[in-house]
Amino acid sequence: MRTTERRGLAIATTLTLLLTLTACGSDDGPGSGEPVPGVTDTEIVVGTHMPLTGPASAGYSKIAPATKAYFDYVNANGGVHGRKITYKVMDDGYNPATTQQVVRQLVLQDKVFAVLNGLGTPTHTGVLDFLHTNRVPDLFVASGSRNWDQPDRYPNTFGFNPDYTVEGKILANHVKTTLPGRKVCFLGQDDDFGQDALAGVEKVLGTDGVVARETYVTSNTNVAPQIGAFKAAGCEVVILATVPGFTALSVGTAARLGFRPQWVVSNVGADHPTLARQLGDAAGLLEGMVGLNYLPMQGDTDNPWIQLFTKVNNEHNGGAEFDGNAVYGMAVGYLFVQVLLAAGKDLTRESLVEAVRKGGYQGPGVAPLRFSATDHSGYGGGRLSRVSGGKQTYFGPTYETDEADGPVNEYTAPPVSPPANGVPNA
Amino acid sequence: MSATRAPAPPYRQRAVDLVRTGRSVPTLLRHLAVAVAVALVVLLVSYQLDSYRNFQLATVAAYLCATAGLTILTGLCGQLSLGHGALMATGAYTVALCQTAFFDRGVTSGAVLLLSLVAAVAVTVTVGLVVGVAAARLRGPYLAGLTLAVAVVVPALTVTFDGIFNGEQGLPVPVAPAPAGLGLYFPHERWQLWMAAGATLLCLVVLANLVRSRYGRLFRAVRDDEVAARLAGIHVARTQVIAFVVSAAGAGLGGALLAVLAQSVSPGAFGLNLSLFLLMAVVIGGLGRLAGAVWGAFLLVVLPDLTHSLTNLFTLSPATAQRLEGNLPLAIFGATLIVVMIAAPGGVQGQLSRLTRALRALRPAGRS
Repeated sequence: MRTTERRGLAIATTLTLLLTLTACGSDDGPGSGEPVPGVTDTEIVVGTHMPLTGPASAGYSKIAPATKAYFDYVNANGGVHGRKITYKVMDDGYNPATTQQVVRQLVLQDKVFAVLNGLGTPTHTGVLDFLHTNRVPDLFVASGSRNWDQPDRYPNTFGFNPDYTVEGKILANHVKTTLPGRKVCFLGQDDDFGQDALAGVEKVLGTDGVVARETYVTSNTNVAPQIGAFKAAGCEVVILATVPGFTALSVGTAARLGFRPQWVVSNVGADHPTLARQLGDAAGLLEGMVGLNYLPMQGDTDNPWIQLFTKVNNEHNGGAEFDGNAVYGMAVGYLFVQVLLAAGKDLTRESLVEAVRKGGYQGPGVAPLRFSATDHSGYGGGRLSRVSGGKQTYFGPTYETDEADGPVNEYTAPPVSPPANGVPNA
Repeated sequence: MSATRAPAPPYRQRAVDLVRTGRSVPTLLRHLAVAVAVALVVLLVSYQLDSYRNFQLATVAAYLCATAGLTILTGLCGQLSLGHGALMATGAYTVALCQTAFFDRGVTSGAVLLLSLVAAVAVTVTVGLVVGVAAARLRGPYLAGLTLAVAVVVPALTVTFDGIFNGEQGLPVPVAPAPAGLGLYFPHERWQLWMAAGATLLCLVVLANLVRSRYGRLFRAVRDDEVAARLAGIHVARTQVIAFVVSAAGAGLGGALLAVLAQSVSPGAFGLNLSLFLLMAVVIGGLGRLAGAVWGAFLLVVLPDLTHSLTNLFTLSPATAQRLEGNLPLAIFGATLIVVMIAAPGGVQGQLSRLTRALRALRPAGRS
């Protein structure tokens, strides 16, 4: 009996102590002088999630190193308002479940100031709510999903790529005007990426204008059934809303089945160096492929932006192979530095988002950036490219359109040149 | 009291039981007291840790439901399951569909989450019943094969019926924020930990009681010798189905909690890897003991994090770091499993109880 009493007393005492301690624990409210997460007088910490491994890593794994290289270049030139940019890159393997984990780690543990250029429609869609409730600026998502353009629901989220519907309309417009009467088919990723792109294509060609529609999932690398269906349907033009790995798979599988349609490919899956590397000896199959882009073409050595980015790539990225992904990564870095400068010396999450909402940014892109208080989508158009003689080059005018039923128009504003030292100035 | 695998435990077991019940409080009360104490510790810890650790701890709680269920099935009833990841997915998708349905109809109060969790457990129990009935007829590799098929098929269904499950992108899980009474700036992760820990403790109390009950003894009898159990009048198949259903309920609740924590669900989270990891975690933690399931759940959360910090420690070339990033947790898990099997077949918990037993043996000598 005595031991029981003693035990009871000990437990009761412990519990009381625990409760008192708990009651004393503080609630973290936002004090007025609380520092901005991830920002000090000398540093800005920014994070991202990228598929460094897995089915979507082909090509995309080079984007973050390129962005980092550009930040290193800016840091070497004195940083932004005296602050150096630190870029934390987390691998999510293009698996939405992993994205959940790594983004929480970035925000809650590493306390990043903002998430920049998180890649992927299915992956990033899953973290929108989390970033929103934590009030983290979510800038320049590396995807063209229309999810990013919801200013009322996600006021801190902004896209970068032209949205897939805009892109689908421009690609379909090309098919309609230069390849009239052909049988058009569509292969898209089985998520918002594929669906948005198909919506754009159907806006221009009509629902009857697409003979066969197929989808693929990134966890299954066999696209023979889909390509076989296209061959059986007698498709002459195939529009692809695919990531690079699956563009290469589709082209390769079609060749094996003796099927040679005209390929018309979304910008995210049309980077020629990436595809050529994937296909190896069969890179010749890409001849004649039509793609869309909105940034300077990597092979255009006369372009001042390409000259700048090549220099940064050699100095800070170990001279990695210079492809469309490198250009993309650096363009993202350039835009982020522009926004940081516009946000001013008193950097807060609010001032950063406000700076993006103000818009008016001009950089390497050939199409207009559309940021405003009511528009959170990125580039509003693009220019068509074609592979010829193993080289991807632009042809025709730049187009712009909206994601609704507006017409596809030519965009004629001349491109700007980069500043002399390669760092944007306020 | 340990569930010994020794050849003739029934007599010793009963003797211990008699002694215990003779001098101490009823089992249910004892378990409830422990649960309350643990709840208070969690409450305290939740105020001391930062948000990310709170989130990780909540994840441990979610995994714990599943590992505890698997412990009942594999450790207590001797049945193997490679399909518990799929059962977790069942719970997770149910909670996602329920919550979305509630929120679409404008019911956004936090209390509906309870209903959704109950629904998740109910659906998983149904699925577990179907699988369990089939599993009770199978032994050894055939059982492994069946449950493996479940692990592979369920995530694939989400892609096949993408109209409902939205393919690989998965579904959002709308969850009400922490009650307003806790304050406007109450960290969401702390609230998540409270929810997850509460549900898990409830689940553990039920399971711990089950282990001590008639069913626990039936499970052990079936595990140790099916023929002997049958001779003793035990319906072996029925017992095995019950064990499978109970463990499915645990897995369903675990999956549902994971979905609530992540506020989204996608098939990538519930692949074959998860099923294998769960089994490995239970074995490393200590098969046959609920405390072992706790170690297992911790391992599941800590190990990937640990390897990530490990790869960050060395300045590796980006290519090597990438290659290690995905594969190192697997390698470490495998190596740990081998080491544990050789050095401590009873797992972490088995080793701990051996240690305490050794210490107890020393104590009387020290006192006198």
